[in-house]
Amino acid sequence: MVLYAKIPNGPLENKWRNYQITSQLINPANKKKLNVIVVGSGLAGAGAAATLAELGYDVKCFCYQDSARRAHSVAAQGGINAAKNYQHDGDSVWRMFYDTLKGGDFRSREANVYRLAELSAPLIDHYVQQGVPFAREYGGVLVNRSFGGVHVQRTFYARGQTGQQLLLAAYSQLYKMKRAKKVQMFPRHEMLDLVVIEGKAKGIVVRDLTTGELKRFAADAVVLATGGYSRVFRLSTLAIGCNGSAIWKAHKRGAFFAAPSFTQIHPTALPQTSEAQSKLTLMSESLRNDGRIWVPKKKDDDRNANAIPEEERDYYLERRYPSFGNLAPRDIASRAAKERIDAGYGVGRLKNAVYLDFKHAIERFGIEIIKDRYGNLFKMYKKITGVDAYEEPMQISPAAHFSMGGLWVDYELMTTIPGLYAIGECNFSDHGANRLGANSLLQASIDGYFVLPNTINNYLANALKEDHPTTEHPEFEKVEKEVAAQINKLLFIKGDKTVDHFHRELGKVMWQECTMSRNKEGLEKAISQIQKIKDAFWKEVNVTGGHHEMNTELEKALRLADFIELGLLMCTDALEREESCGAHFREEHQTSDGEALRHDEKYSYVSAWEYHNGNFKLHKETLEFANVQPTVRSYK
Amino acid sequence: MKVTFKIWRQENAKSNGGFQSYEVDGLTDDMSFLEALDHLNEILVGQNQKTIAYEYDCREGICGQCGVFINGRAHGPLDNITTCQLHMRSFTDGQTIVVEPWRAKAFPVIKDLVVDRSALDNIMEQGGYISAKTGTAPEANAILVGKDVADKAMDAAACIGCGACVASCKNASAALFTAAKINHMNSLPQGKQEAHRRVLEMSRQMELEGFGSCTFTGACEVECPEGISITNIAEMNARRAMAKWHNL
Repeated sequence: MVLYAKIPNGPLENKWRNYQITSQLINPANKKKLNVIVVGSGLAGAGAAATLAELGYDVKCFCYQDSARRAHSVAAQGGINAAKNYQHDGDSVWRMFYDTLKGGDFRSREANVYRLAELSAPLIDHYVQQGVPFAREYGGVLVNRSFGGVHVQRTFYARGQTGQQLLLAAYSQLYKMKRAKKVQMFPRHEMLDLVVIEGKAKGIVVRDLTTGELKRFAADAVVLATGGYSRVFRLSTLAIGCNGSAIWKAHKRGAFFAAPSFTQIHPTALPQTSEAQSKLTLMSESLRNDGRIWVPKKKDDDRNANAIPEEERDYYLERRYPSFGNLAPRDIASRAAKERIDAGYGVGRLKNAVYLDFKHAIERFGIEIIKDRYGNLFKMYKKITGVDAYEEPMQISPAAHFSMGGLWVDYELMTTIPGLYAIGECNFSDHGANRLGANSLLQASIDGYFVLPNTINNYLANALKEDHPTTEHPEFEKVEKEVAAQINKLLFIKGDKTVDHFHRELGKVMWQECTMSRNKEGLEKAISQIQKIKDAFWKEVNVTGGHHEMNTELEKALRLADFIELGLLMCTDALEREESCGAHFREEHQTSDGEALRHDEKYSYVSAWEYHNGNFKLHKETLEFANVQPTVRSYK
Repeated sequence: MKVTFKIWRQENAKSNGGFQSYEVDGLTDDMSFLEALDHLNEILVGQNQKTIAYEYDCREGICGQCGVFINGRAHGPLDNITTCQLHMRSFTDGQTIVVEPWRAKAFPVIKDLVVDRSALDNIMEQGGYISAKTGTAPEANAILVGKDVADKAMDAAACIGCGACVASCKNASAALFTAAKINHMNSLPQGKQEAHRRVLEMSRQMELEGFGSCTFTGACEVECPEGISITNIAEMNARRAMAKWHNL
């Protein structure tokens, strides 16, 4: 199968316009006859559901949480990028496009990335109109700050709660459309499988998490907006409920999975302190605007941070990357931290952290300015660690964060299953091998509000001529039975180990072999270890409680079963890619000074994996760079 | 560290519940309270028992999904935090910790410590938004908002919708929740067009959902993880009076 990305004709800056001019439209009277299912209620899902409803479609929106307002977009702290050039510092759509493409180490599509940058400015207009209380100057205009990997200030923010404020705006629009009876909301409902009829996505099977009942829903198109899958590492910055099940089930039904191993390890999370830990809390990258990262120059230096004099501190990011310093991109900052920690310079009780120090910023700007910029982050740090970061440096550590990989989508955000779309973090499209900070809220929002509502017409215009699917179709019956069988199988194993036990095992293997630094031997070992975990899970897990009730153990078990298989694919993908690019650092492929070494002539493609009876088959979408020349990505 | 959890167990919305005690050993100071409950649940699985149902998602104090009554206080013994931000270092070795679901008529229990808070979504649905379709926005800096106005709107907008204000209130009032959303939107220029309609419709829905009235005890602001001030309620009442006068 040849992967056709449907990139429109014309010069880069006209592609999206050309697409819109030639795409099919549907008259308003017909739109209300068309049903769309949206799975997920984060920025992508809520934005898409609300906008599709405004356009006149009949929308059903599902989320596993008790309310749409809980979706994990809520947790993004630092901000959202847009090429507004309000700071008059040389920003433009082109520069944002280039920064994002380079940040992703030239492993994403030019046309998609350009569209992301192009639509960023109207997105800020949109959110301001919806009442997002972005930070303002005294004169009333919007404020910006910097994020990693760029030389301009293009990040808009609402204190350290930008994701929350954007999500609440999207959620409010969703409920506006619910009130208008154009959206039906299904909170506490989790998608467990996709229904494909004659090659097209026609519905889903969900479990009502309150009663345990399995329910069928049919639609003319299905949109997945289910977020990232970094909980495959168990310890991550993600919400505990975040999972990869919806996209994994779609993958098993025929959707190709692209770049699964491209996972961002965030450099500034709180370090792990114990085995029982369930979560690694993120501290926003925006802190790197004013905080300086360092470790002691002496190994195993047990002195309190404040007792270590300036000349005995190694500001290793400033040393290695003088041009970008503490604002080096995430993959580079994480890898540099790991290098220091592995070399024995780590700090903290488990020697697994580095310092993030605000001493100089406080001296320079005064404590009030720092409080105004990061007050709630310092407060959060104190709540969790009991330490006052105005007095002594924070301890931070790399943690699994964002999934650049996801379902393969074309320019229209459609997967390889016609009628199935993937938007936001659950697709692979815009970030290449590494995502820049404050581009995640951006991509989720652009996909949901601006792109999908413009591209879905092209498919639905033809769906109008077909019969609407119904849940009476034998395929729904078949899929529901398969879902019920999997649930019953899990409940009847009655082994002697908990779901969390297996999740910890999987997490250890994945963290050890498939994160900041990877090699052939380790990945091969990981694949055989995960296979063993999979076998043991299906023989020894104990899931108590029943099917027809609220059963959080069962929910966890179903998600973990999919994570284990996803872990196998991630390691397979990392093994196949014999180069280093962005977050994917293969030890066999590095420069003499330890930087990533890309092999463009062989690996300038998107890996798209097809599922086939438990095996994975690789398809390649060649990346063509007609407008920029891929360069060695240097932040020195 | 060893503690005794005394936890409300209730099979479903229709059944009667009751307290059950669990002695739990092997806990550490730096475990979060929810991690201690996770630990207890793993022990229960080992004994082939059903696990305790409780809610959480982000575990970093922002999603608002967690929330239980701990020793008689919403989100536990500390002021202004969520349950997921509570750590075992706030308890002493050998202590008995009583854990109950939110108590409010408008929040029926679903199972064990899980309650149904969709009443809050219903309030939001009645005007907790600005009516503006995607694609209709003017240039962002065409709408000027002074820093003090934006900061004040942000203070109110920070609400995470956990319901601790309702659970702590002896009247089970949702006034702080409702006021926070109304004041966020009504204080911004973008929200002005629907300001009167918003305050009337949202406060009416608050009453329809079966929440009690506010008698200004101030219990809510002590437990609010975002420290949203009770003065928001006074502001909402003033806005409501204005809206009623305007609609006469």
